[in-house]
Amino acid sequence: MSTKAKEILALALIFAFSLIFYIGKVLGWGAVRFSTTVSLIVILLVALSLLWILILTIRGHLVERRIVFLYVGIAVALPLFMTLSQRIAISPEVEAVYNTLEGLPEGSKVLVSFDYDPPSAPELQPMAEAFLYYCFEHDLKVIMMGLWPQGPMQANMAIEKVLSDEKIKSKNLKYGEDYVNLGFQAGYEFVIQRMGSDFRSMFPTDYRGTPYEQIPLVKNVKNFSNIDYCFNLSSGFPGTREWVQIAVDRYGVTLGAGNTAVQAPQMYPFMRAGQLVGLLGGMVGAAEFEFLTKWIGKGTKFMISQSFAHVIVIAFIIIGNVAFFRSERKTGLKR
Amino acid sequence: MKYYPSTSARFTAGFGCFLLALLFSLFSLSVLAQEEPAETDTASLSVTPDSIPLEYYPLPPTNVRVKDAPNDAGGSIDVQWDMSPDDVPEGKVKQYRILRAELIEGQRREFIEIGDATAGATLFTDGNTEDGLDYIYKVVAVNSLTQNNEVVWEAATESMPAGPVRSSAQWFDRQRVNALVGVLLLCVFIIYFITRARAGKELFIRKIAGLEAVEEAVGRATEMGKKIFYIPGISDMDNMQTIAGITILGKVAELAAQHETWLEVPVCRSLVMVTAKEVVKEAHSKVGRPDTFHEDQVHYLTDDQFGYAAAIDGMVVREKPATIFFMGEFFAESLILAETGNASGAIQIAGTAAPAQLPFFIASCDFTLIGEELFVASAYLSREPKLLGSLKGQDMGKAVILVAILIGIILETFDIWSFSTLFSVID
Amino acid sequence: MFVIQYFIPHYPFNRMSHWFSDWFAIILACAIVLGALNLMKISIQKVIKKKPGWGYAVVIIASFLLITIIGLSEGEGFREPGTWFDWLYVYVYTPCSSTMFAILGFFVASASYRAFRARNFEATLLLLAAFFVMIGRVPVGDIISGFMPEGARLSNLASWIMTFPQTAGQRAIMIGIALGIVSTSLRVILGIERAHLAGE
Repeated sequence: MSTKAKEILALALIFAFSLIFYIGKVLGWGAVRFSTTVSLIVILLVALSLLWILILTIRGHLVERRIVFLYVGIAVALPLFMTLSQRIAISPEVEAVYNTLEGLPEGSKVLVSFDYDPPSAPELQPMAEAFLYYCFEHDLKVIMMGLWPQGPMQANMAIEKVLSDEKIKSKNLKYGEDYVNLGFQAGYEFVIQRMGSDFRSMFPTDYRGTPYEQIPLVKNVKNFSNIDYCFNLSSGFPGTREWVQIAVDRYGVTLGAGNTAVQAPQMYPFMRAGQLVGLLGGMVGAAEFEFLTKWIGKGTKFMISQSFAHVIVIAFIIIGNVAFFRSERKTGLKR
Repeated sequence: MKYYPSTSARFTAGFGCFLLALLFSLFSLSVLAQEEPAETDTASLSVTPDSIPLEYYPLPPTNVRVKDAPNDAGGSIDVQWDMSPDDVPEGKVKQYRILRAELIEGQRREFIEIGDATAGATLFTDGNTEDGLDYIYKVVAVNSLTQNNEVVWEAATESMPAGPVRSSAQWFDRQRVNALVGVLLLCVFIIYFITRARAGKELFIRKIAGLEAVEEAVGRATEMGKKIFYIPGISDMDNMQTIAGITILGKVAELAAQHETWLEVPVCRSLVMVTAKEVVKEAHSKVGRPDTFHEDQVHYLTDDQFGYAAAIDGMVVREKPATIFFMGEFFAESLILAETGNASGAIQIAGTAAPAQLPFFIASCDFTLIGEELFVASAYLSREPKLLGSLKGQDMGKAVILVAILIGIILETFDIWSFSTLFSVID
Repeated sequence: MFVIQYFIPHYPFNRMSHWFSDWFAIILACAIVLGALNLMKISIQKVIKKKPGWGYAVVIIASFLLITIIGLSEGEGFREPGTWFDWLYVYVYTPCSSTMFAILGFFVASASYRAFRARNFEATLLLLAAFFVMIGRVPVGDIISGFMPEGARLSNLASWIMTFPQTAGQRAIMIGIALGIVSTSLRVILGIERAHLAGE
């Protein structure tokens, strides 16, 4: 079969599956779940196939990158149907965020900056939900804002999800008194700088158009000195680095952060220097924080897929090195 | 005949009375103790705002101190206090309220509430003051009961007033002296070495593989008769990495113009497009080939990060350039771009100061300029003495930092002196 | 001006940085028109002259016009849920950008498969560090090393690698980059570096 034919066949299969899932959703089919036995059999089959690829590699048949893509796709998609659970170990960075929150008395004002967009939502939205759940559960007042245009929309989605929880619903939280969404402001890090002297100059109204001075929660909040804790969810620029450089260094704000897995390593120097009090890194950070706050969301559910994907990547690294050593040996023998 | 009770009878009667009185007192006290409400059960008692018992009122905060907020542009006053003795976990203090009154011509105006602080706090910054006006402050400890978000009752105790105090602006932020010294030192080094380089002193610069390969990469594209793609990152002209990328673009454009190779520059920002167009046009003129420049060489795609990556991927897969340069600031799209270029078989030279993206470029590109190597590229390629001098100054600055790190390690490890506080810019 | 206002908080320096940042935002907003017009000009030329790939240019023009017309016709509340603009954002733009972001997962796997080779000592060290961090950052790592005592498992090792060696490397690169930025900025301010202004 030619390459073009294979590509068309692959596209047709993907389209067929997508159509089946869509029809299933429209007709209200129940979720497909593998039992634990079936899940373990599937894992065994995938492991055996990897072993077969290793044997082929040793024999000299190198695997092409599209097989790698296929296995990554399987590793991410299949665990969503499996009924498996795994124990989540809590890292010190995540624990630091939780401990700081625990130390805040009732009524403390917490500023949450939503600096991300939908592509980063799978990693950061679970963090946002768990954070807001904890704040509402412990009567902390939440002021939300965004340096990215889509940030406040993500904030609204997180608020809606958390407020639909029965425990939080019973608290009868009021918009404007217990939480407020100030919306998006253009200007990147200059917004943070201006907020250092006057919040109102950057947010004359909230997301709904209510004037700043008419919102009970923020009318007496002049600048960062009236905020007890800041939490930044970020996936790029402007993000946590700008918050550290301006809000922490210039205005002495206590800052915690949630970052995507790619960006999280860059924040470790700030944590070690005490400029950042705790860090949630990637989906694993989200899962750990969900465990601590007892809000079990998508972070925990998708960790299975992440575990599988990591194992698959490691397997292919080993296979790649086997191929490398085999070719080195061959070159050595030829010499 | 009159009857007089005997001594023993009198004693017995007296003792009996005493016992009765004692029993009655004990009974009264126990009833009163039962009637005293438990602190956790205040809601069940009929405590109304008008009938708050004295014991509900917290002791006031003490030692209220007010001063002009330091190192600011004015308009701020710091109010500090010692916590109320009742400010303990599960104690009587739920929050503090800050009251302020203006003092105009010796006359004190009415106190108004200007903010609040949570229990446990000892500092509030009033950021709404007018410079030159005198203010008096009071801090109020507040005990309250809230049910269903409604305040059932509240008991507040005020501190003694503190003041008068005025806010004012400062001309220099004293917390940043160390930053100023560092910046001035670095500037002195750079200017000194630029001056030395201008005077003709030869300066050594080590080989940077990525920059050595630029000419070879352009030559490869010429031989294959294919295009060169130059991607200047996704940030705007306010970013130093973009400026560095545009600077290198000038050199690459000169080489491409010399060899008459098509250089394509798809950009993500309009201002970058305008600047890059001028740079490429100038490069063509410089080598005496202004007629070989085409307006379409530099074109705008989209501001959207992944839209930009998708467009460039499409161009790379369709047109299969021989050489791709990635010079500037990149984010998550870096691996998408680099892997696609790698799969197409192009030679790739990347340079970025975004630490998160460096591993991706190193894994997928043939040569990578790491961090500051991107900023030295213009000096390296032009070999101009002024630019090389600035590199030397930069290196001297790095040497000073290295020495400071070593000194700090020794002093802090052996607990001799907290050396790192010299470099702190916050309290 | 921005450097000065960092050290001098007094008026007018504090206000000047605000004014400059406001002007920058205004200029950026106006500059977007330049880019959009350039894109349209090139796409239309491609279609007229039937250059290779002109079909994609048709898609660009059609998408651009569609989103512009819909956004303008829906007035001030064009971002509100229920509008056509919002529908396009949620059901077209968001899945497309999420898909591009998701492609990263596949590319990371293929880049790792190709690039992580134990060629020499340093490369082997890098490979081992990557292995321990990848396996330690997911719960599978603790399942595999469950027999080890608490505090000595793969997650602890991954945490140690992230906290110490990785942080040291990050710091070194950040210090170098910061110095490079200061030096380049000084060259630009002093007019020594003018290549980006198309001058020498």
